Amino acid sequence: MGFGLPDEIASVRVDLFKKANPQVTVNINEGAFDEQAFLSAVAAGNPPDVVYLSRDRIGSYAARGAIQPIDACVSRESIPTGDYYPAAQAQVKYGGSWYGIPEFYNSVVLIVNDKAAEDAGVDPASIDTSDWDALGRLAEKMSKADGGRIERFGFNPKLPEFLPLWAKANGADLLSADGRTAALGDPKVVEALRYAHGLVERQGGWKRLKAYVDTWDFFGGENPFVKDQVGMMLSEQFLVSSMAGSSPDVGITVLPFRDRRGEPVNYVGGNAWVVPKGARNPEAACRWMKTMTAADTWIAAARARQDKRAQEGKVNIGTYTGNVKADETIFGEIVRPSGRKPFDDAVKVIREVQPVGFAVPQSAAAAEFKKAWEDAGTRVLLEGQAPAEALEQAQAEAQKAIDEAGS
Amino acid sequence: MFVLPWLIGLAVFQLGPMIASLALSFTRYDLISSPVWAGTDNYARLAQDPKVARAIGNTVFYTVLHVPLAIVLALALALMLDRIGGRGAGVFRTIFYLPSMTPYVAVGVLFLFLLNGQAGMVNQFLALFGVEGPQWTTDPDWILPGIVLMSLWNLGSTTIILFAALRNVPAELSEAAMIDGAGSWARFLRITLPMISPALFFVLIINTIASLQMFDQVYAMFFGNQVTQQSSGDAALFYVVYLFQQAFQFLHMGYASALAWVLFLVIALITFVQWRVGGRLVHYEGGERA
Repeated sequence: MGFGLPDEIASVRVDLFKKANPQVTVNINEGAFDEQAFLSAVAAGNPPDVVYLSRDRIGSYAARGAIQPIDACVSRESIPTGDYYPAAQAQVKYGGSWYGIPEFYNSVVLIVNDKAAEDAGVDPASIDTSDWDALGRLAEKMSKADGGRIERFGFNPKLPEFLPLWAKANGADLLSADGRTAALGDPKVVEALRYAHGLVERQGGWKRLKAYVDTWDFFGGENPFVKDQVGMMLSEQFLVSSMAGSSPDVGITVLPFRDRRGEPVNYVGGNAWVVPKGARNPEAACRWMKTMTAADTWIAAARARQDKRAQEGKVNIGTYTGNVKADETIFGEIVRPSGRKPFDDAVKVIREVQPVGFAVPQSAAAAEFKKAWEDAGTRVLLEGQAPAEALEQAQAEAQKAIDEAGS
Repeated sequence: MFVLPWLIGLAVFQLGPMIASLALSFTRYDLISSPVWAGTDNYARLAQDPKVARAIGNTVFYTVLHVPLAIVLALALALMLDRIGGRGAGVFRTIFYLPSMTPYVAVGVLFLFLLNGQAGMVNQFLALFGVEGPQWTTDPDWILPGIVLMSLWNLGSTTIILFAALRNVPAELSEAAMIDGAGSWARFLRITLPMISPALFFVLIINTIASLQMFDQVYAMFFGNQVTQQSSGDAALFYVVYLFQQAFQFLHMGYASALAWVLFLVIALITFVQWRVGGRLVHYEGGERA
C-alpha cells in the first residue's frame, strides 16, 4: 500500500526481491498512501503486510500502535541501520525503537534562475542566503509585476512548508529532540516567520503569489525556470532531477541554503516502509524492507537509471537513496558528469548538504503538530495575523495535542 | 418478506454504524486501541473548540448563500426547459443534467483552475468589463464565495425535479387566469409557484442537508494534498472536512463521532423547523398539509 511502479528505480528493486524470494507472492496495491484506507484496514484486522508512507507520519501511528516496532526484524535480518543517514534514522525511530526503514533522502536546496539573477545584476553563484537583508533586496529586484498581475516571483521561500528550515537557519528548532516539548513560540522561530513573511509581502503578498504559483507546471518542460516565472526558489532536489530530464538546457544555479552564520542547512524528508499492526506475514515484510533499501539493491536500480538516461541522451543527476553506502557508490562510480554545468554542479551541492540534513523530531502527535505550525504560517500569510500571535496559538494547540497523545 | 433485504441492509449498513458511532462518541477511540469511556468529554470539548465554531460558521455561510441561489437558478433553468418543446426538449434536458454527471473531485480541480486569481477564466471574463477579479482560491474573504460559485455548476437534479413539477401544473389554470386578465408574473406568482411548492419544499430540504454535509469538492480543492492543505488555512474548513480530519488525520474517532452526532441533530432540527414552517406555505392539491 502506498507504493507504485512508475520507473526503473522501483521496478528493478521489486524484481530483485522477487528473484531472491520466489516463495513470496507480491501483490502491490499501486497508488498513493491513503490514510483512511490504511486505518480502516488496520482497524478491520486486514492490513497489508507492508506499507509505504511519508516518514513524518510515523510518530502518530507508532504512538497509537497502528504500526509495529521492528527491532526484532532489524536484528534478525541484520539490517545495517548504520547505513542510513542519521536524519533518516531519527525519522523512523520512535521511543527508542525502530518503526520503519527509510527510503529516499530529499534535500532542500536553493535553485536560482540565472536570467532573473542577470536581470537583477548579480552573479547567481554569489548569492548568499545568510545575509537576510541582502536576500530581501534581491528578492524584490527579481520580482516582476504588471499592476495586480504577477510576472515573476522573485524568491519563493516556500512558506509555510519550510518554516522548520527558516527557523533552523535562525538557530531554532520547532520541537525538542524528544518530541515532547513544542517550541513554536521561541522568539527565533517568530523572527524567522516574520522575516520570511516579510519577503512574501514585499513581493506582492501571498494571496496573489500563491494564485500565481498554482499556475506553474513544476515538473514539465514548461517549468517555472524555463518560463522565467520565478527568480529563486527553495525546493527539494527532485525538482532539479525533474528539470534534468525535462529541460536540460535550462539556465539554473543550484546553491546550498545557508543559515545566518553562513553554514549550509538542509531540511530533509523522504518515505519509509512500515509494518502495520496485524500484518499476517511480518517476516516477508521484513525481508522486503531490507531488500528494497539495501545498498546493493539501490546500486542496481541506479545503474538501470543511468543506462536508461544515457540511452535517451538525458542528464541523470542520480538517485538520493537515504542509504549512505549506496549513495557513495552511485555518486562515486555510476553517475558521471553530463557536461551540463548547472546539473553537474547541482549534484556536488546536493551531496555537500546531505550530511547536515535535519528533520523535525517524531512525536506522538506528529500530524497535529505539523498542522498547528502550518496553520500558523497560513494565518500569517493569508489572514494577516501577527507572527508572534499565530505561533503562540500554534504552540498552545501543538503542546495540548502532544500532551494528550502522550497521556 | 419483500422488504426483508432492505431491512437487513438498513440494520447492517445504516442503523448499526449509527448506534456504534453514538456509543463511540462517549469514548476516547483512536481506531487502533480499544475505546476508553470518556463520558461527555467529547461534547464538552466540541463546545469549546474554536475550529468547530469556524467550521460551523463556514458551513452556515455556504448554506445560506448556496441554497437560495441554487433553487432560484434551478427554477429559472426549469422554466426555460418547460418552454422548449419538440425534439430539442430531450437534448436540452440532457445538456442541463450533464454537469451533474461530472465527478465531484473533477469539478473541484476544474474550478481551482477556473477561479485562479492570476490566470483563471472567471477573472479573465471579469477583466473584459474592466473588473479586477478577486483571488478566489487564495484570499480567505473570497474562498467561500468561490466555493458557492462552483456549487452552482451542479444544479441538474434540482432542475429536473422542478421541471417535473412544472410539467404537472394544469395548463387550464393558467389559461383561466389569462382570460381573467392576469399577467405572466401574476400567473407565475399565484398559480405556478403554489402548484410547485411541494417540489420547492423538497429541494429546499435536500439542498440544505447536502450543503451542511458539503465535503468532496472542497476536500479535493483545498485539502486533497499537502500543498493544497496549506493554501487556505481554515477559510475553507467545512464541518464535515473537520470531522474527517479529526477521524483519519488525527485519529480522534471518538471526537469525530461526537461531531457527526451533533451534525445529525442539527440537520434533524433544521429539517423539523423547515417542515413546520414549510407546512404552512406549501400547497397540496389534495388539501393535505405537512
